[in-house]
Amino acid sequence: MTLIAAQGLGVSYGAMAALRDVDLVIEPGEIVTVVGPNGSGKSTLVRALLGVVRPSAGQVTRRAGLRIGYVPQRLAVDDRMPLSVRRFLSLPDRRDRDEMRAMLDKVGVPGLEDRQMTALSGGQFQRVLLARALLADPELLILDEATQGLDQPGTAAFYQLIEDVRRETGVAILMVSHDLHVVMSASDRVICLNGHVCCQGQPHVVTAAPEYRALFGLGTHGTMALYQHKHDHAHDACDHDHDHDHTPAHGTATQKDPAHAG
Amino acid sequence: MLDDFLVRAALAGLAVAVAAGPLGAFVVWRRMAYFGEATAHAAILGVALALGFQISLFGGTLAAALAMALTVTTLTGRGLAMDTALGVLAHGALAFGLVAVSFLPAVRVDLSAYLFGDILAVGRGELAVIWAGALAVLGLLLWRWSALLTVTVSEDLAKASGLEPGRERLALTVALALVVAVALQVVGALLIVAMLIIPAAAARPLARSPEAMALGATAIGALAALGGLWGSLVFDTPAGPSIVVAATVVFAASLLVPRRG
Repeated sequence: MTLIAAQGLGVSYGAMAALRDVDLVIEPGEIVTVVGPNGSGKSTLVRALLGVVRPSAGQVTRRAGLRIGYVPQRLAVDDRMPLSVRRFLSLPDRRDRDEMRAMLDKVGVPGLEDRQMTALSGGQFQRVLLARALLADPELLILDEATQGLDQPGTAAFYQLIEDVRRETGVAILMVSHDLHVVMSASDRVICLNGHVCCQGQPHVVTAAPEYRALFGLGTHGTMALYQHKHDHAHDACDHDHDHDHTPAHGTATQKDPAHAG
Repeated sequence: MLDDFLVRAALAGLAVAVAAGPLGAFVVWRRMAYFGEATAHAAILGVALALGFQISLFGGTLAAALAMALTVTTLTGRGLAMDTALGVLAHGALAFGLVAVSFLPAVRVDLSAYLFGDILAVGRGELAVIWAGALAVLGLLLWRWSALLTVTVSEDLAKASGLEPGRERLALTVALALVVAVALQVVGALLIVAMLIIPAAAARPLARSPEAMALGATAIGALAALGGLWGSLVFDTPAGPSIVVAATVVFAASLLVPRRG
């Protein structure tokens, strides 16, 4: 029972094609990550899937009555409208007070109900957005660079939370990211996007693909590719588990690796 | 009681406050002031049509305002540079209306009544129409309230929640045209937008929720209507502008209040 599918999807802004020939299917319970550089059409893809922008080619099919939880990369809430967290969580559907309290606890920002949305920090704001998305009891959670503006520990905690939610509820997740570490650790499937789908498949397949290397294996991302290489190598050589704990910068970690030194 | 022209004037002013309060909040939140101007100015064209074709003033005004509001909404959907387009439409509509009225034969039309309102001349029948229109606006906004708020906060979030932003924009467009038709005789085409924006802006510092802001705008609008009417009697000033002056005084006072949310 496919949740959402795009077939031959193309989107143009005026004469400029932002997306072309995108095929994408999300099944219940899957985690799909879309990666791509800036301007590669990641957000356009999300907006087309939501139905905000109309496809100029192909089509998007949503399962009838599909409940989507959407966490945008940013939301411009300005000062003209007084809006508390509690009121925001009840848009558009009324939520029970206890339900809201429990959800704010769960996403790690307890007791913020009476705070105005404009008074939240970046991290609190993203967590409130996630809380609102989860209150809808979604079958598909769409996260569009949802950790933008969060620091490293904040990002890690945010993704840990997403994984917990998925384990508890089995919600399918479409994650848009340029954070390659997230691609490796959490996804069932990765789609590498640059106006069109460059390559897709399981994370280790995609990160080994030349198209992916061409997009990400340059400049500052080179360190990331090096780390990935080592990871793949270790994975092929001995079938060890995936419990890596590479929190320091991966490039330097690789260079200091005793296996390479010796 | 309705025989007293002052009572009728006060009730007409209250009707405008009831409709313009919550709608004005949306005008402020969505930056629709210029949109409102264009729609209100189109009412003068509606007056010319109504007088020329011998149809009801309310009907002519409503039709012209609705046509203008729908035109603007369509243009917005196409992503034109709205500031300039609205400027053209707002002033073009006003100028066309003024010229059209001057063509009307044999009637000495008192233009100032339409530009600045003629609240003291509101009759019983007109009062009934004004209240019916105001309650229709209020009903429409209450019915769509949650969806309208969501769309105003973010059209993308609204769409993800299964709402149709275009439909909610249409609801606001219709409400705006209705308020213009309702308020024409009370404050006049040139000052309708003032009754939308000023009470809502004055209510902002006092409010901690969208609902409180809308209610506050209604209360301040009502206060301004009654206060302005009283002022126009005491100082022998035109009623419509006096109501807007009263609203502006409340707004100035609200600047002194520290924000609650």
